[in-house]
Amino acid sequence: MAMKDRSILEVRNLNMSRGGRSILRDLSFSVEENRVYGVLGPNGAGKSSLAYALMGLEEYKPDSGEIIYQGKEITELSISERARMGITMLWQEPVRFEGLSVRDYLGLCSRDGDVREYLLKVGLDERYLERNVDDTLSGGERKRVELASILALKPKLAILDEPDSGIDIISLDYIAEIVYELKKHGSVILITHNEDVAMLSDRCLLLCDGFIVKEGEPGEIVSYFKRKCVPCPTKRERYG
Amino acid sequence: MDDAYGLLLKTYRRMGGSESILRDERVAHLVIHGNEVYSSRAVEGLVLDSRSRADGVDVELRVKGGYRIEYPVHMCFGIIPEEGEQRIRLNAKIEDGAGIKILSHCMFPNAERIIHEMDAIVEIGDRADFEYLERHYHGEGGGIVVAPRAKISLGDHSRLYTEFSILDGRVGKLRMDYDMEAGEGSAIEALAKVLGYGDDEITIRERGYLRGRNSRGLIKSRIVVKGMAMSEVISELIADKGAEGARGHVDCVELVMENARARAIPLVDVWNERAKITHEASIGTVDKKQLNTLMSKGLSKEEAIDVIVKGYLR
Ligand SMILES: Nc1ncnc2c1ncn2[C@@H]1O[C@H](COP(=O)(O)OP(=O)(O)OP(=O)(O)O)[C@@H](O)[C@H]1O
Ligand SMILES: [Mg+2]
Repeated sequence: MAMKDRSILEVRNLNMSRGGRSILRDLSFSVEENRVYGVLGPNGAGKSSLAYALMGLEEYKPDSGEIIYQGKEITELSISERARMGITMLWQEPVRFEGLSVRDYLGLCSRDGDVREYLLKVGLDERYLERNVDDTLSGGERKRVELASILALKPKLAILDEPDSGIDIISLDYIAEIVYELKKHGSVILITHNEDVAMLSDRCLLLCDGFIVKEGEPGEIVSYFKRKCVPCPTKRERYG
Repeated sequence: MDDAYGLLLKTYRRMGGSESILRDERVAHLVIHGNEVYSSRAVEGLVLDSRSRADGVDVELRVKGGYRIEYPVHMCFGIIPEEGEQRIRLNAKIEDGAGIKILSHCMFPNAERIIHEMDAIVEIGDRADFEYLERHYHGEGGGIVVAPRAKISLGDHSRLYTEFSILDGRVGKLRMDYDMEAGEGSAIEALAKVLGYGDDEITIRERGYLRGRNSRGLIKSRIVVKGMAMSEVISELIADKGAEGARGHVDCVELVMENARARAIPLVDVWNERAKITHEASIGTVDKKQLNTLMSKGLSKEEAIDVIVKGYLR
């Protein structure tokens, strides 16, 4: 019970299907305050779907189960409502916006005005402020701008869907720093299929085919993932 | 009519203009209310003559060969009362090696029964530059017919940039028709931005004719329609037989919301195998992923739509 008191998010028996297929199956886990919770899993495991369900996308309404945030049931709340309660999300593939400058984009997210510092933290200099968040940015640059926008929001719960994808290996340090930065203000759900990234978490679950295969210390989860999931030809090693 | 002049200037200020520009001797200008010329100034290298007629105003504009007019020319057109007609016939010549930029403000803040027509014939010589930016301010009445028609020809190695926008107030009925023709090594770029609502009707026809070798053309439109508004955008780009190496692109995006309706008709016609024209046209509502992204940052759905639409029309 002591642990439960410190949890910011609790997911209970979450089930979701899309296009007649069951995608999330009876998921239960909880995320503690100011902790990094890893979600590791192969392609198609349901990681992004879980992120969407937590963020409240209309098309990803759970069939059953509960999402409890700061002790309140939020399963029926909209994206905007959840965001105003301090939840936000980094999209695996951030969308582009025509005619919107990086300065204005970050301005939408920042409460304290100066947005330059957030850009510097993701390894972009201030010349980027005048660029547009459109298709003139490379994939990696776009992702960094998105990370900067998440930092600017200072969320209580940041759901990061594959923050490392599209960003160079050398920049893994950046991810670590960003996660560390976010941890100052709240909790992080760190979604990845990269074992090194998963090691940044305090606790971790392994998702496969919509099931939680295992939950525990990241070291333990990662070594299990390496032994069982990486060699698994169908990536469906859900019964361990 | 002095009263109308004052109100016209007031509207001009509201659009971000400043009267000190009209007093500045280095800056050419032309102010026409209805079919009456209120004020006009030319600068060195620029001939600017205007004559009122019973049914309109004739404007002659000529930039002498080799002159690059340093400051943009400010034009203010409009009608302050609820009803009236304005018919402007513009004859412009941009001679070889000359260059000019015109900022045109069209103001009809109280429009109930207004007709605004502009018939422009623009001849651009060789190695010359012409930029024409026209912004409209209409008020909320919606009782206006706007018919800008232009025939613009470019010689060789010249450049044309036009930008037309109605983003403030109801469009009313827009019937835009631009014809542009480019000689060797010349470039045409035309952008139209319109936000329609109520029962606004938008018809935009832009035709770029790439006549010369290595000529370039870009026809771009950004249209947003809401309420019961309708829009039809016809964008044509033609590369003629002699247009070897010509490149062109049509880029039309129309956002449709509520009960509005939009049509896009891109027409691409290529007569030379070494010319290439591409086109993209998309009509649809606001992108779901864009909406979700902004909402995940705490914006309401309405605020998010506003940010997306403003971006398209920027
Ligand atoms: N709208 C949908 N209709 C049918 N199936 C869907 C739909 N959306 C997702 N899925 C399926 O759900 C499963 C989980 O998808 P999801 O994107 O959540 O996986 P993921 O773990 O994020 O994968 P990746 O590592 O590739 O990002 C996949 O098999 C996918 O094909
Ligand atoms: Mg995914």
